[in-house]
Amino acid sequence: MKLFGPAELAALPADKFFTQLSASLSDGGRAAAYFASPADGGRRLCAALAHDRAGRLELLLSEPLSDGFPSLTPRFPQLHLFEREIFELSGLRPEGHPWLKPVRYPAGGPDPGTGDFFRVHGPEVHEVAVGPVHAGVIEPGHFRFQCHGENVFHLEIALGYQHRGVERALSAGPGARSMHYAETLAGDTTIGHAWAYCGALEALSGCAVPPRAQVLRGVLLELERLANHTGDLGALSGDVAYLPTASFCGRLRGEYLNMTALICGNRFGRNALRPGGVDFDLEPARAAELLRRLEDVFRDTEGAVSLLWDTASVTERFENTGPVSRADAAALGLVGPAARASGVDIDTRRDFPYGPYSRYDPPKPGRGDVYARAYMRWDEIIRSVRLIRGWLASLPAGPLTAPCGAPASDSAAVSLVESWRGQVCHAAFTGPGGGFLGYKVVDPSFHNWQGLALALRGGQISDFPLCNKSFNLSYCGHDL
Amino acid sequence: METLETATRFAAALLLAPLLPGIVNRVKALFAGRKGRPTLQLYYDLAKLARKVPVYSRTTTWVFKAGPAAGLAAAVCALGVLPFGGRPGPLAFEGDFLFIIGLLAFSRFMTVLAALDTGSAFEGMGASREAQFAVFSEPAFFLSLAALSRVTGEFSLAGMFLSLTPDSWRAAAPVLALVTAALFIVMLAENCRVPADDPDTHLELTMIHEVMALDHGGPELAYILYGASLKLWLFAALIAAAVLPRHSGSWLYDGAFFLAAMGGIAAAVGIAESAMARLRMLKVPYMLMGGLIFAALALLFQTGR
Repeated sequence: MKLFGPAELAALPADKFFTQLSASLSDGGRAAAYFASPADGGRRLCAALAHDRAGRLELLLSEPLSDGFPSLTPRFPQLHLFEREIFELSGLRPEGHPWLKPVRYPAGGPDPGTGDFFRVHGPEVHEVAVGPVHAGVIEPGHFRFQCHGENVFHLEIALGYQHRGVERALSAGPGARSMHYAETLAGDTTIGHAWAYCGALEALSGCAVPPRAQVLRGVLLELERLANHTGDLGALSGDVAYLPTASFCGRLRGEYLNMTALICGNRFGRNALRPGGVDFDLEPARAAELLRRLEDVFRDTEGAVSLLWDTASVTERFENTGPVSRADAAALGLVGPAARASGVDIDTRRDFPYGPYSRYDPPKPGRGDVYARAYMRWDEIIRSVRLIRGWLASLPAGPLTAPCGAPASDSAAVSLVESWRGQVCHAAFTGPGGGFLGYKVVDPSFHNWQGLALALRGGQISDFPLCNKSFNLSYCGHDL
Repeated sequence: METLETATRFAAALLLAPLLPGIVNRVKALFAGRKGRPTLQLYYDLAKLARKVPVYSRTTTWVFKAGPAAGLAAAVCALGVLPFGGRPGPLAFEGDFLFIIGLLAFSRFMTVLAALDTGSAFEGMGASREAQFAVFSEPAFFLSLAALSRVTGEFSLAGMFLSLTPDSWRAAAPVLALVTAALFIVMLAENCRVPADDPDTHLELTMIHEVMALDHGGPELAYILYGASLKLWLFAALIAAAVLPRHSGSWLYDGAFFLAAMGGIAAAVGIAESAMARLRMLKVPYMLMGGLIFAALALLFQTGR
């Protein structure tokens, strides 16, 4: 959560902006967000760069641009989707972008699945189109495979079916509805996005969140991680037709969700957070109950998940499936467990500590295959349980909220939260009156979908569902 | 009297076949700690599907409609020559084990044609996988039956299984064990069971048999599901007859013993499905090659005996 006052928001001339952006990116910076925001006389580009090693957050602003700008995608593939999004939303054209097509497709425009697709030509090449309507109750998305028999040459993912205009709605805030918009950016990341929104607002208004509220937020965020990671491990197991873990984890995920409900009355943690603190306390009796349940459920989780690592047929199926190399993961700017599983050692909880996190020690990076992504989840489950145990053992006393006043005018705040899927980035800009000029949301899925496409390259088309599950990305978080 | 008994046995096989997938699912539910589907679920499904009106894609022709019917007809014919509890089926004749292999191949051919007829990428992929894996499973099946034929010196299934006795196990245990293993592997693959396939998956890209049934609906889907249960019955019956040869003289007793063995085999399939994950698609041929090698070794051992 970092506030940038008016003094730090000096706009750079276009050429200097791009020189500086390239320099930062080649210096190990990662684009947490890159977007266009309205400004006098056109649109200006903003880049929020995370220097993960140094724990430094950099915000670059350009002077207003009117038509095109040089595309940096050929040098920095991680900007690929960001530049496409800028073109789609602002009309500023990234000159030299290798694959300039819409990201979400505007309302009234063509259906996302009907646009141009990268094609491989040849008499034996065939194309497989999957979705947007899928078997099973999941979100819509279109996947286009270029195949040679069972081998995949290339996978292109077309999303946008879930576009609701929620980012635009947030930009009109802050208002009574903003918090609810933030909580529903991606339903399974309610706490993650709610915290990022609160963090941005608190940074803008200079509000210091009381320690008790910070710890309760931490408990909620880690419970969200536990529920989703456990559910994912069960789903991975189900995809390889390994029944025991699939069934047990399906139940255990519900138990973790119920623990969130024990705190705030909602299984996904809706209305648990508010700018300035939290809305629900955890009195000693319920804290003890939560801890008791956590220990019980964790023991069951341990039993169910260890079956995965002990069953040769499962590990054989996971290993060497859908590999993403460390270099590719870093170049694409992957985040979260998917990045860590590929050996990119980043975790917002350690690199940009916030709230109750201090000296968090992320698991050892993996080798980049489905096994690594699955095992990373298990490693994180263990750490989340440890964190919650520690916090519940010594809940700080004190108030639950601090007054969160009006946001500072002409300022910006960038808020980073490590949700279960990876880094959530919210960036807010305020105008002269303290209202939002622009509000940018980057869900971890936005970074990671490209990683899934790459995991399939050279792989087997029958491995797609397993790879997809190992990333388990959000469609609505991407489509906003 | 003899005719009536034969007809009763044939009818019993046709009626009881959908029970096998029910037993498999009960065992799986037990292992997964869930309540699971009712044992008779497939009967309910068949009754429901029979009342529905099928919907056809405009790209399909009569081939698409012929596939399920031909598949079911082939399975019913195959059951006709299959012995039940050590007694010959109504259509049994000399050399009928080749006939069964031919019927299964015909059924596969029609299913693949019907799948290709839809022009769907998924179905095409399923058809290609089905045809590829058949290259290994068909010879394995053929060699297993050939080995049994050598062991018993008979050329009809009824003859083979009638002359198989517990004593045959004493005399030719390695051969029979290899044949049983080969048949079990072929059964898992041919009936889209784990580890070759996953009958419960909803993921089209990973399917083999199931994906070829995606565009069928109503009574035709019922034909496919019922045909699949007959096929499972067929393989289970072959294994039951090979593993537990028993002829007491009382056909009621033999029949009950046979049915118990069938239930046991269904339970074994359920246990195998609960205990392991499915193989990756690239490894399925290796499993089938394993079955092929078992069958070939059985034949070799028997020839050299």
